Amino acid sequence: MSEKNTSVDLAITSSPHIRAKETTAKIMWSVTLCLIPSGLVSIYAFGLSVLWIILTSIVCAMASEWLFNCYLQKKPNSLMDGSAVLTGLLLAYNLPAGAPLWMAGLGSFVAILFGKVVFGGLGFNIFNPALIGRVFLMASFPVLMTRWPAPFKVDAITAPTPLAVFKDGFSGSPILNPSEIIHYSYSDLFLGLRGGCIGEASVLALLLGASYLMFKKYISWKLPLSFVATVGIFTWIFGGSSFFSGDYILHILSGGLILGAFYMATDYVTGPVTIQGQIIFGIGCGIITSIIRLWGGYPEGVSYSILLMNMGTPLIDRFVKPKRFGDK
Amino acid sequence: METFKGGQHIDGFKYLSREMAIKIMPLPSQVIIPLSQHTGAVCEPVVKKGDMVKTGTMIGTSDKLISSRIHASISGVVKDIVEYNHPVLGQSKAVIIDSDGKDTLDSSIVKRTKIEELSKEQLLEIIKNAGIVGLGGAAFPAQVKLNPLKPVDTLLINGVECEPYLTCDYRLMLEHTHSILKGIGLMQKIIGVERVVIGIEEDKQEAIKLLRNKCVEKKYDIEIVCLKAKYPQGAEKQLIKAILDREVPSGKLPFDVGVIVSNVGTAFSLFEAVYNAKPLYERVVTVTGKCLKQPSNLKVRIGTRFKELIDFCQGFKEAPGKIIMGGPMMGISQYTDDVPVIKGTSGILILSQKEVDEYTQGADQPCIRCGRCVNICPVGMLPYALSLCVEMDRLDKAAQYNPFDCIECGTCTYVCPAKRQILSGIRLIKAVTR
Repeated sequence: MSEKNTSVDLAITSSPHIRAKETTAKIMWSVTLCLIPSGLVSIYAFGLSVLWIILTSIVCAMASEWLFNCYLQKKPNSLMDGSAVLTGLLLAYNLPAGAPLWMAGLGSFVAILFGKVVFGGLGFNIFNPALIGRVFLMASFPVLMTRWPAPFKVDAITAPTPLAVFKDGFSGSPILNPSEIIHYSYSDLFLGLRGGCIGEASVLALLLGASYLMFKKYISWKLPLSFVATVGIFTWIFGGSSFFSGDYILHILSGGLILGAFYMATDYVTGPVTIQGQIIFGIGCGIITSIIRLWGGYPEGVSYSILLMNMGTPLIDRFVKPKRFGDK
Repeated sequence: METFKGGQHIDGFKYLSREMAIKIMPLPSQVIIPLSQHTGAVCEPVVKKGDMVKTGTMIGTSDKLISSRIHASISGVVKDIVEYNHPVLGQSKAVIIDSDGKDTLDSSIVKRTKIEELSKEQLLEIIKNAGIVGLGGAAFPAQVKLNPLKPVDTLLINGVECEPYLTCDYRLMLEHTHSILKGIGLMQKIIGVERVVIGIEEDKQEAIKLLRNKCVEKKYDIEIVCLKAKYPQGAEKQLIKAILDREVPSGKLPFDVGVIVSNVGTAFSLFEAVYNAKPLYERVVTVTGKCLKQPSNLKVRIGTRFKELIDFCQGFKEAPGKIIMGGPMMGISQYTDDVPVIKGTSGILILSQKEVDEYTQGADQPCIRCGRCVNICPVGMLPYALSLCVEMDRLDKAAQYNPFDCIECGTCTYVCPAKRQILSGIRLIKAVTR
């Protein structure tokens, strides 16, 4: 009796039948886009060599992604989802402006292979891939990774980062000649006129991009704020010669804090899924960062704090769950 | 404004049909009336091949407690009783009636007077005889719902219509305001509650205004609450949460927290059953979609084929890719347009080939744990985790994530940027571990 209507070819799927317009690729490319202003400031401050570092890093990240994912594992082409580009870009932003190109390339390769591919690709990695690349380079090439050209000096005099100055005081660091120490004002720090990693240069540019990400609800303001605020409070209490006298503004504005808090700690894959979990994650990052900065062996602690908290993510997700509807 | 935690504002596409007044669809020459159109036991036919029936004649009934009677929707001859396409069940036994073109009403259909004198039991009997079911979606028999096992203190009327595209409840509220209020009054009398609240989303201001004015004019003691336009605001549990701030735990029913929820469409059909002695043999259906030439709200006889409704809306502008019974979030896709309208058919949505391609593009990418599904889940689940259990073939791990809490609203799947079919996975888990 009943016949299938053959005049139309109908799709049959289970509900829902419509989807929001958001895609993984759109999110990744948006984050990439929002990081561009900071890169431009860096190119302006340190010269075109920065551009070549960024491009090398991105190209190597994409090539590694293609090699491991598409060529060796025969997975569908994942280059257009933007995640490899973002990893390459973030790695470049974590390098000093004077880093050699081969180092950028090697870092990207390691970031993709050991940060992502070995765990099963996008979505399955435990650690932020770009930070894996960075700490690999830090461990392998400590000298190259801490040679900071001063902004607007074509001959690339090595200038210390504000945090290194803070940490080593005027007694001279092992690497730096004290006579070359430059002092930065808060406004220099904010606008980006200081030594440091490529992406760390301008707090203003980073916040500009981040505000767009928050406006689009791609990232929540709660995680970065809890991270930054914790660093501020912690360094204010313990960072000075007596309690409650630390230069917290210096700590907030310098180093990779803003870059890390807004762009790397907020990485979806390696952070907690719930808002409450993200706040715990941010506070944890803030405490570890402050401890490393104030009492650790490195002037900078953001990368390690994020990586350490990445390890804690599964634990946070296990204990911080949304309230089940109907439960008291 | 009142609302619940989670959920997502979804572009409604209601503009396609919201200004279209309810039109009465011409009589079909044949109807296919499935014997199962409700939650509960399938009806047994009480007519046989060759019998003459009139509009409103009972053709199916069951002696089971949870079931609902079925009536002829046109007058004519029973052509056959066979298995036929069913929009929900795929196939089901159905009574096929050829019209005699006269639409003669059954002798039982005469306007009632002295409604006030009817007792609760008499009203429930009328409702049972008229085959009234909940028209909000689940098609639960009304005489069972209105006679709860536990005492209730509040009657909530669902005028939310949060499903995108659908506008039949909105039109009913505009065009049959007073009848709906009378129907609600009957429900109130049957249940014996003091408090009655109608919940309507903020994007239906005209309906809110009309109902409020009518309540004042006719001195009905009914609250009308404006709710945030957010999906799934119309889901029973979310509605109760938003209006009364009570939570119905997983596996429990509204009457467990002292509430009965009913739809405005149900209230209207209840009014007709009691005041006009009219069984539920027709309903308002929104026929819509961007590829449809003339989206409409139609009053349709139960058993009319989808194809006829689509033709009445002047057919397609472009090639259809999907025919959905209900809305785009919870509706059921059909494999043919030769399928009848049943009591629970609130809408027929047509998506074009192009739209279907758009929505299926890039499906099932890796989960990036962005947390969107967790933030929007109206019942506080971790949809991504269940989706990963399916992907990793570890259904044994799924139980800890409470898959049976899921109300299958589909919001997680809607918002997923990786286009993962999260809800399909949860349904699979439910089916396998049940």
